[in-house]
Amino acid sequence: MIAYLLKRLLIGAATLVVASVVVFLMLEVVPGDPARLMLGMNASDAQVELLREQMGLNQPLIIRYLDWARGLLSLDFGRSYTYSVPVIDLVSERLVVSLPLAVIALTLSTLIAIPVGLFAAARRGKAADTAAMAVAQVGVAMPNFWFALLLVYVFAVWLRLVPAGGFPGWSGGAWPALKALMLPAAALALPQAAILSRVTRAALIEVLGEDYIRTARAKGMPMRAVLWRHALRNAMIPVLTIMGLQFAFLLAGTIIIENVFYLPGLGRLVFQAITQRDLIVVESVVMLLVATVVLVNLVVDLSYALVDPRLRMRQ
Amino acid sequence: MKQWNTILAAAAIALASSTAAMAARTDLVLGIPLEPPHLDPTAGAAAAIDEVLYANVFEGLTRIGQRGEVLPDLAESWTISDDGETYTFKLRSGVKFHDGTDFNADDVKFSLDRARGENSVNAQKGLFAPIDTVEVVDPATVKVTLKNPLGSFLYNLGWGDAVIVAPESAETNKEKPVGTGPFKFQSWAKGASITLVKADGYWGDAIALDKAEFRIIPDAAAAIPALLSGDVQALPNFQLGDALAQVKADPRFKVVIGTTEGETVLSTNNKRKPFDNLKIRQAIAHAIDRTAIIDGASGGLGTPIGSHFAPHNPAYVDLTGTYPHDVAKAKELLKEAGYPEGFKATLKLPPVGYARQGGEIVASQLREIGIDLQIIPVEWADWLKQVFTDKDYDLSIVSHTEPNDIDIYSRKDYYFGYDNPAFNKVIDELNLTSDEAKRTELYKQAQKILADDAVNGFLFELPKVGIWDAKVEGLWENSPIQANDLTKVKWAD
Amino acid sequence: MSEAVHRKPETLGGFVGRALGNRSFVLGLLITLVVAVMALASFFWTPFDVTRLVVADRMQPPSSVHWFGTDHFGRDVLSMIMVGSRNSIAVALVAVGIGMGVGVPLGCWAAARGGWLDETVMRLNDLVFAFPALLSAVMITAVFGPSAINAIVAIGIFNIPVFARVARAGALAIWPREYILAARAAGKGQARITVEHILPNIANLLLVQGTIQFALGILAEAGLSYVGLGAQPPMPSWGRMLFDAQTVMMVAPWLALFPGCAILLTVLGLNLLGDGISDIFDPRARRRP
Repeated sequence: MIAYLLKRLLIGAATLVVASVVVFLMLEVVPGDPARLMLGMNASDAQVELLREQMGLNQPLIIRYLDWARGLLSLDFGRSYTYSVPVIDLVSERLVVSLPLAVIALTLSTLIAIPVGLFAAARRGKAADTAAMAVAQVGVAMPNFWFALLLVYVFAVWLRLVPAGGFPGWSGGAWPALKALMLPAAALALPQAAILSRVTRAALIEVLGEDYIRTARAKGMPMRAVLWRHALRNAMIPVLTIMGLQFAFLLAGTIIIENVFYLPGLGRLVFQAITQRDLIVVESVVMLLVATVVLVNLVVDLSYALVDPRLRMRQ
Repeated sequence: MKQWNTILAAAAIALASSTAAMAARTDLVLGIPLEPPHLDPTAGAAAAIDEVLYANVFEGLTRIGQRGEVLPDLAESWTISDDGETYTFKLRSGVKFHDGTDFNADDVKFSLDRARGENSVNAQKGLFAPIDTVEVVDPATVKVTLKNPLGSFLYNLGWGDAVIVAPESAETNKEKPVGTGPFKFQSWAKGASITLVKADGYWGDAIALDKAEFRIIPDAAAAIPALLSGDVQALPNFQLGDALAQVKADPRFKVVIGTTEGETVLSTNNKRKPFDNLKIRQAIAHAIDRTAIIDGASGGLGTPIGSHFAPHNPAYVDLTGTYPHDVAKAKELLKEAGYPEGFKATLKLPPVGYARQGGEIVASQLREIGIDLQIIPVEWADWLKQVFTDKDYDLSIVSHTEPNDIDIYSRKDYYFGYDNPAFNKVIDELNLTSDEAKRTELYKQAQKILADDAVNGFLFELPKVGIWDAKVEGLWENSPIQANDLTKVKWAD
Repeated sequence: MSEAVHRKPETLGGFVGRALGNRSFVLGLLITLVVAVMALASFFWTPFDVTRLVVADRMQPPSSVHWFGTDHFGRDVLSMIMVGSRNSIAVALVAVGIGMGVGVPLGCWAAARGGWLDETVMRLNDLVFAFPALLSAVMITAVFGPSAINAIVAIGIFNIPVFARVARAGALAIWPREYILAARAAGKGQARITVEHILPNIANLLLVQGTIQFALGILAEAGLSYVGLGAQPPMPSWGRMLFDAQTVMMVAPWLALFPGCAILLTVLGLNLLGDGISDIFDPRARRRP
């Protein structure tokens, strides 16, 4: 088990190193000069050159990479070119939006998907199952930004129940902040829930076909008890895998939804930073996200072992 | 039971928000499309900096008023020497910066010297180049000597880039701006909003607002729901395009169409083949149908222009008839220029609605005469690099928003690649002339030359589209400079 | 799953009958065919020319002339949806092609050789998976500029590890089979075995994954175009149409309705088709009532 853990950690570390080189090199070739962008159309070339010097942009490539990588290791992400504040401050400001949003969306999607999956699996082949899965199919196919637009117009513009967008911050109390996250979380959660409910159903049906379940049923155990006590537990592996992937997706893949709701989240931070050529922010945030995915995958792998004792033995 | 609880809760929320709306208000949330990169107007070109801070947090010796006029601000009055080279400013007394330090002549000298100094990163450093010396006569008097007389000097001091900052706070203004204005900076939630609150002991007239929040809303698509749902109460300057139709008829809002200093042009690389040929540029001018472009790119609100000059300026001449929309004539000119079949070219568009939408229409119109444009959308950083700095472009669309900037056509190496000695002569003469009638005459000549040469495709003057709650008063109708002056803003009862 | 090929095959008629009896498959195929026909037809004919802007006719509601109304430039929305389908399909299809073309050989190779090579290929896969896909697409388009081609590349790169995994997992399950051992004993090389025995047996898996990635590709393309990073004007695309429509949703709801439905239906059709194919090939599915 420990050897396995060590191997996984090592692979994770190697992944991060390769990723950092890829990200750094990729952004080296992005056209556009951050210094010129800051000074605008009326500044002279000499002035732009001066600012480049001040920003440390004139150092050789390898020096800049090593500086940056060394900073990453000590959690010092450098200073943003455009905002001229430490990147870590920017990131933590955005995380208080993105993290709760991802957690709420994932919770919401799980709360919808698992019951629906159970419900459908228990009634496999019946009309209720077909209807639930038909709805899920539509949910999977729905572009989430389109769904978000519809939500805004119904709940914010017509009913005026929640804000159309923006984020008031947590300092004004939890309720206004949560209210602002409701629509984006719903827009993110429903398509995810559709996927997750299909996975849950399929995994349950798979498990229900196994011998020990049949035995339990044959012994007269009620379907509901079989589902909850045996099947769901064993069906958790694929469900957890998908949930792990979804969490990583929700943390970073929300650029589009953040744009619809103009939420100051991580995704938009990177999006803006790319257009403003604030490369150090892009590099650092992408690395942070890659690290999160690596970590989440590790945790999911380990939780397999916890959920399924057979896997634990095999390791 | 559970259901009832939810319904009650929803009703309570609805009630709470409606009573809040009925109380007399002293706060205002304004939506702005771009976030300032930092909050120091003396160290960046971004218009968004001035849109938040100008006249609200920072003040200059002079300021620009609603109609583009020069008004005294931190300088109470001034005298100009007969040779026009020495300005003596009498400063206002009893003015304090928001950190409690006093404002005096030393701050003025510091600010002006910093802006024109060797290490200056002021985006409009050129404005201060004519200054020879800045002397402190006494704490309330400053004498500025110019290298040569300059008619626009007082106007230039009213730019956001010329505001007065204190030596104690100059270095930290990017994060925590400290000025002398009626509002002081409170907080900046990056990517979301900037909040200003009323400053204590402001020297000027009393202001009505206690708190103003500038909320960053990146596009019209998000701005309209925000306005309709009451999250923001004013969009003082937003290029809304077609979205305007959604609020125009709504009595809750006031829609105010004003003017800006933005000449929107089809920038043309006059140095590059085949655009160096006057006939080609004339053909393009004839092929362009301004009405369609204005309808499609500015919701029908822009004013057509025939040269690089603002229609609301007294010296404006209407030259839109120089090359009227005439497809047959355009094709004829193409043939004369040796391109009977037309040609291919690129059109690089910056990320603003008027350019991206106007670009599609221009491309469609030029296709009618056989010019096949490939549309290349670019970010601002790319645009500045490729088009503005490296001049690697055929055509582009951009709005030149600096006031009175017809002189850019005389600049060496400007990205239009235009070089006409006759035009340069007019501008040189203009710089040395202070007689208004003569200046007007010269401005008219300059406009005519540019129109005849069809230097660029002159499209329209960008409108300022402002929408705000019908009860809000005092926001600027026009936009002579990039600012959202809140000093006169209040809620009607 | 892959037994279908080697268990003595049923008659073709039986197979087709089973396919036609599968509701998902039939419905999915129908929708997909409609979209495909629409895309093909747009090469020869559309109700109106989508490159000609008639600004005077802008934002007209659906009528007998313009079935789906006109947009803010006066273009016919139905024609734009037809031409836009071409773009969506092309981007998603080529992206799947990239994913299969690179991913499948990689996965098969890894499965055949095993050992360190397998490990390396799979770790590279993890590396690509670790990148947030949409953000990386945004970075790619920032480097090379937004265009349909770059959208294809961005989506295609993230398809590679998906197909590599499926191919490897499928191949690994088949290598220990007796007939493979027999083939090896007969002196056939790894490459030959892969082509002759492995690929035919994992083809159904790849086909199912292909339709899923195709559908995801259409969604991804719509998302990229929506933020302005996909196909550029004058080429219409569904995502851009939605972006343009959202500012006028209240005065011209049809502009948001039709492209959204087009995306939804196309993706739905492909997903149903994928489900159907998977059901038809999966022997266990046949036991279902």
